[in-house]
Amino acid sequence: MTAKLRSSLLAPALAIAFSALLCAIALLASGANPAEALGVMIGHVGKGQVAVDIVNSTAIYMLAALAAAIGFQMNLLNIGIEGQYRIGALVAAIVGSALVLPPVLHWLVILVVASLAGALWALLPAILKVTRGVHEVLSTIMLNAVAFGLAAYLIRRDMFGILIGNNVSTEPIPESGRVQGIDFGDRGTVFGLVFLAVAVAAVYGVVMQRTRFGFELKASGESPTAAAAGGVNAKKMIVVSLLVSGGVAGLVGMPEILGRDHAYTLNFAAGYGFAGLGIALLGRNHPVGIAFGSLLWAFLEKAKVALDNVGVPREIATIMQGSIVLSVVVAYEIVKRMDLAAEQRRVGRALGTAEPVEAEVGGDRK
Amino acid sequence: MTDTERDQTPAVALTGITKRFPGVVANSDVHLTVHAGEVHALCGENGAGKSTLMKILYGMQAPDEGTIEVAGEPVRFRSPAEAIRAGIGMVHQHFMLADNLTVLENVVLGAEGLHGIGKRAKARVRELAVATGLDVDPDTLVERLGVADRQRVEILKVLYRGARIVILDEPTAVLVPQEVDELFDTLRSMRADGYTFLFISHKLDEVRAIADTVTVIRRGTTVGTVDPRTVSSRQLAEMMVGSELPSPEHRHTPVGDDEVLRVEGLTLRTQDDRTLLDSLDLVVRSGEVVGIAGVEGNGQTELVETIMGMRRAAEGRVLLAGKDLTRAGTLARREAGIGYIPEDRTRHGLLLTQPLWANRILGHQTRRPTARGIMLDVAGARQDTQRIVEEFDVRTPGIEVTAASLSGGNQQKLVVGRELSGDPVLLIASHPTRGVDVGAQAAIWDQIRAARARGLAVLLVSADLDELIGLSDSIKVMLRGRFVGDADPTSVTCEDLGAAMTGAGSTDAEGHLLVDEGETQ
Repeated sequence: MTAKLRSSLLAPALAIAFSALLCAIALLASGANPAEALGVMIGHVGKGQVAVDIVNSTAIYMLAALAAAIGFQMNLLNIGIEGQYRIGALVAAIVGSALVLPPVLHWLVILVVASLAGALWALLPAILKVTRGVHEVLSTIMLNAVAFGLAAYLIRRDMFGILIGNNVSTEPIPESGRVQGIDFGDRGTVFGLVFLAVAVAAVYGVVMQRTRFGFELKASGESPTAAAAGGVNAKKMIVVSLLVSGGVAGLVGMPEILGRDHAYTLNFAAGYGFAGLGIALLGRNHPVGIAFGSLLWAFLEKAKVALDNVGVPREIATIMQGSIVLSVVVAYEIVKRMDLAAEQRRVGRALGTAEPVEAEVGGDRK
Repeated sequence: MTDTERDQTPAVALTGITKRFPGVVANSDVHLTVHAGEVHALCGENGAGKSTLMKILYGMQAPDEGTIEVAGEPVRFRSPAEAIRAGIGMVHQHFMLADNLTVLENVVLGAEGLHGIGKRAKARVRELAVATGLDVDPDTLVERLGVADRQRVEILKVLYRGARIVILDEPTAVLVPQEVDELFDTLRSMRADGYTFLFISHKLDEVRAIADTVTVIRRGTTVGTVDPRTVSSRQLAEMMVGSELPSPEHRHTPVGDDEVLRVEGLTLRTQDDRTLLDSLDLVVRSGEVVGIAGVEGNGQTELVETIMGMRRAAEGRVLLAGKDLTRAGTLARREAGIGYIPEDRTRHGLLLTQPLWANRILGHQTRRPTARGIMLDVAGARQDTQRIVEEFDVRTPGIEVTAASLSGGNQQKLVVGRELSGDPVLLIASHPTRGVDVGAQAAIWDQIRAARARGLAVLLVSADLDELIGLSDSIKVMLRGRFVGDADPTSVTCEDLGAAMTGAGSTDAEGHLLVDEGETQ
């Protein structure tokens, strides 16, 4: 087991080291000092609300990455998380502002609505895939565009939008539908729904490791043919996993909406879905891996602002994110092959000692 | 080829080859001398190290120790391309042909530099086709070719690349007896033309029929090189397994009366309305083994997959112990008591990167001892995997290793053990001993026999006619999606079955194979 742990840590460590090297080269090429840049980024964490922002972002990235990972487990590429979380957030904000419910129940209902809306947005790709064989990458990418358009339309002032200050947003969610955060004063407020991300990750971990559903999902992902022969209904798994993925995706916008914005605004953040895909790759679909991947991502995202102060283009952080994902994919493949070879050697050794080569029979004819 | 010529420099000499990559089996101190113009058979159990040795010879792996000499020149191949340049070609067991390309295109693909892709290439292909006995136009699409011709295209490919020494990896596995004879005729004529063959096989009778020399390899090392004319198949097999040899002799136990599986009018069509299965009727009783004989691609796979619910029948019914399963899914059929040994364990039977105990769960994810409700029972799965490992003699250091790290025979024993778990009433066994070593084969046969004796009904599909005859209580011959005849395993011979499988056999009014008593052994 320690060998297994070692190999599962080896790959990301290699990948991060390699991508750090790439970034260092990029920094040197642009005439900056890599050590200084890193120092500035790390130093930035201690400033103002940055640390809390990182924690909050980590939770959001975790949700997006978990949504991606559910698809990845059975080789479904749900590129549509971006659209699903936008629709989930918008519908939840609209429904949440219209409901009158007691405090805790109110935000629970909003979460359910967000999740359902996200799942619904993933339903069409699922149906198209199992009935017509339409690849989910195509359908979900296109639905992302539709989601953006639909959201822009629904937030118009003749639909559900109202003007608050300079910003168009939905009707604010009343106090009872908001989720209290943990206040750190000047340092900022940690979203209460950070714990939602942790809970989703924990449930995801248990489902994958310990339930029939998780087993069937992984089996379908590893070998659709063996899964089919083992009685796994491939079509059902496609529909269910896309719906669950969409359902988790629907929650991605919730920490911000229920914890800070209290409405869906024109400034609603984009890009979490795509980041989630990268982080799921980085974390190898493992809940703990995803948590660390999200933390790293959030750090790079929030700390890169500081780079401008030392005259380094902040895009270097984007290069780092991209190169980490790329290196991780390569590193895992290498480590996986090394592991298999090592295990085969181990099996061979174990059996070799158990069964010594017997005496030779038969004559030689040279 | 006279004896004096034979004694000249060997075409290939492997000396003291050691590969310290003791994967499933290492090669340790292997000696193999292949003379020019001979058919040299390499025999050994699966996992004995034949593949590693061939990979070393073919440049796919480098030996740690030892030397390779080709025509007296020491060589060190770093890639198959270098081996091909030295005149060594390999025909893999699984064909690597593009169906939608012509024979010519398949042959030239990747070797465009040799004779271009035009007239010169075609002329060369035609010329070599004669040698391989391939009697089709180079512009024929490969999808129109039968298995035997595809194999010839594969041989043609390596010849086109200039091979004079051809490694054939279990070339007869996919052929019916008549085709095997034709292949052997081809090999003999090519041998007369000066080609050298390294022939890998499990099938000792075939080895004896074609080989000039046999080298036996066991547990990674060469056990000996013998003249097949002076040793019996049995002696050869004993060299391979190093112990007393099991034989697939027929042991009848009384067949029960209960109908376990009933298939009525089962018809399967492709989307473009080609009929794959044509109104098949079949009954398997408790304690009975019904064998399905047929050349591969005549509907056996489809029949099995339709009974398992992996394909949807257009017409007909499938009943298990009187219960209609026609519309049930695969899982429901498994839960109803069908065990299924798929023909390709790596594609359909195992999750290769998962540990053995996770593989125990596959197909049993809703049943005890591997699951409780929606939760998996990992402890139960581990425990039961341990039981399978012990009862079925799966050679493994533990149940945490991945399925991919076991040898083929041990993987198959695990699959058989799993499919016999949970008290099935019907076992569908598709090529249950394909590609496994003699020892594992005997163990699997024993397990199937024992299960039959306990009242299990077995539907056995196999390309190994000895296995079919040895295990079955009755045999049905399948041709182009239909049952074309029945055979009694106590009287039928491989030759008769082979003839019936190609449609050349004669049957009487009731569809029974006519057996010429004079030919019966």
